[in-house]
Amino acid sequence: MSDRRTLLELRDVDVYIGESHILQSVSFAVREGGITGLLGRNGVGKTTTLRGILGLVPRKGSITLAGEEISRLPTHEVVRLGIGYVPEDRDVFAGLTVSENLRLAERPGSELRYDLVYDLFPELRERAQQRAGTLSGGQQQMVSLARALLNSGNKILLIDEPTKGLSPLYTRNVAEALRRAAEVATILLVEQNLSVAHKLVKDVIVLDQGRVVYSGDIDDLMGDPELARRHLGLATAGSH
Amino acid sequence: MSTFALLAVTGLGLGALYFMVASGLSLILGLMRVLNLAHGAFLTVAAYAAWSVIQMIPDQTGWLAMVVAIVVGIVAGGLFATLTEMILIRPLYRREIGQVLVTVGLWLATVSLIHGIFGADQKIIALPTALTETTAILGAAIPNARLIIIAFAVVLYLLLYFFLKRTRYGLIIRAGVENRAMVSALGIDVQRAFTLVFTIGGMAAGLGGVLTGANFGEIDPYRGTAMFISAIIVVVMGGMGSITGSAVAAVVVGLMQQFLNYYATGVGDFAVVILLAVVLLVRPGGFGGATT
Repeated sequence: MSDRRTLLELRDVDVYIGESHILQSVSFAVREGGITGLLGRNGVGKTTTLRGILGLVPRKGSITLAGEEISRLPTHEVVRLGIGYVPEDRDVFAGLTVSENLRLAERPGSELRYDLVYDLFPELRERAQQRAGTLSGGQQQMVSLARALLNSGNKILLIDEPTKGLSPLYTRNVAEALRRAAEVATILLVEQNLSVAHKLVKDVIVLDQGRVVYSGDIDDLMGDPELARRHLGLATAGSH
Repeated sequence: MSTFALLAVTGLGLGALYFMVASGLSLILGLMRVLNLAHGAFLTVAAYAAWSVIQMIPDQTGWLAMVVAIVVGIVAGGLFATLTEMILIRPLYRREIGQVLVTVGLWLATVSLIHGIFGADQKIIALPTALTETTAILGAAIPNARLIIIAFAVVLYLLLYFFLKRTRYGLIIRAGVENRAMVSALGIDVQRAFTLVFTIGGMAAGLGGVLTGANFGEIDPYRGTAMFISAIIVVVMGGMGSITGSAVAAVVVGLMQQFLNYYATGVGDFAVVILLAVVLLVRPGGFGGATT
């Protein structure tokens, strides 16, 4: 890995949901710049990791953002320190218009990147007065990504399966948007589509049963059939 | 025709009072998922606070007393609700059983306290002469107080609608009704919106408390409980968090009670419960769904 400085670091993070011990002493670091992938099979704790960072689920352990401890802060204060979040199910506010969804994401004191957002997703400008609940899945994903990208103060974007359920066309659009977004912010990306992940990601962290089982270069992981089979369940590996 | 007009305006007046109580209750339930069983106590405390203050005014049938009563009622309702949220509800978010117990306790304790301080007898609310007079509408002599109450409800609806549609806090509340966690994940302190919603709900209930006194000409410690039960039906029928839904449901409930109780003695309340069941079966989210 390169010598870029660490932006986000988790040390011995545990998350319990009810009786289940979902994250078990998870530790990893995300370096500044580019896209870091958080991979693993279904149900291994990837989404919970993102929610744990944000404080949307109770967590124990240490989480630092740019050196500042955030594990004891409530969600809104964590986010205000510079985190954008794109949840797995997009979670647009269905009853609000596209424009209202974006206005809600505006953070006082942060420079707003409407130019970038509308450059990446021109459709949102055309549909500004349309209720978000009436948009297609791909369009809702644009709204969700746009909300995270809007504030220039966001140092890191936590993006959870942005291509899930999207058509090939929207998947390509989203992948291109992520590439552009990575020029202005660091991204921690959960992605089940390994073909997309392999094209976007350099550093990768792999979870299995709530533990980090691999941390390193994605090419090394995908290029080693045994590693890829063991950690990602791939029968063959190495395809781009 | 005059009977029809009288029943219609009386029903609308009742609906207006239900709306004042239900609007805040609906926002609290929709945004915070808190079933505030003490909401009727806000109304009672506000009504008694207003009554106590106007006892100090020499001319209780003057407009000054009326204006003071309304202002005191709104402030008292808002203050009581704010303190309730900050002291009792805030430590119990996500603990629904605890919320139910503490709000039931507050409701019962408030009624007992009011009973203990003021006694069980009704307190007469004196109105300005102009409000005790009537206006002829379609041959019916309609008490002016009832028309004023309807006007207040319309103004309250417009203010709430404007607040929810045009202000940033309104936007936060509408979004929070849909998905509270995602609002937090956008860096917004939902807690502050919770307190604000409680305050607004208390102010609306406070207004309702004073105007309920004006409508019936008296207040007693148990009026808030009776209004609360009707307001709960309105909230469920209108849809949690929906101001427009609450307004429609309040009018429907008020009119049904008046007309059916007149033409089929005593079945009005029963019919409202049947209608509630039908609405829940056909449209479980209520008239207004999830948002305004």
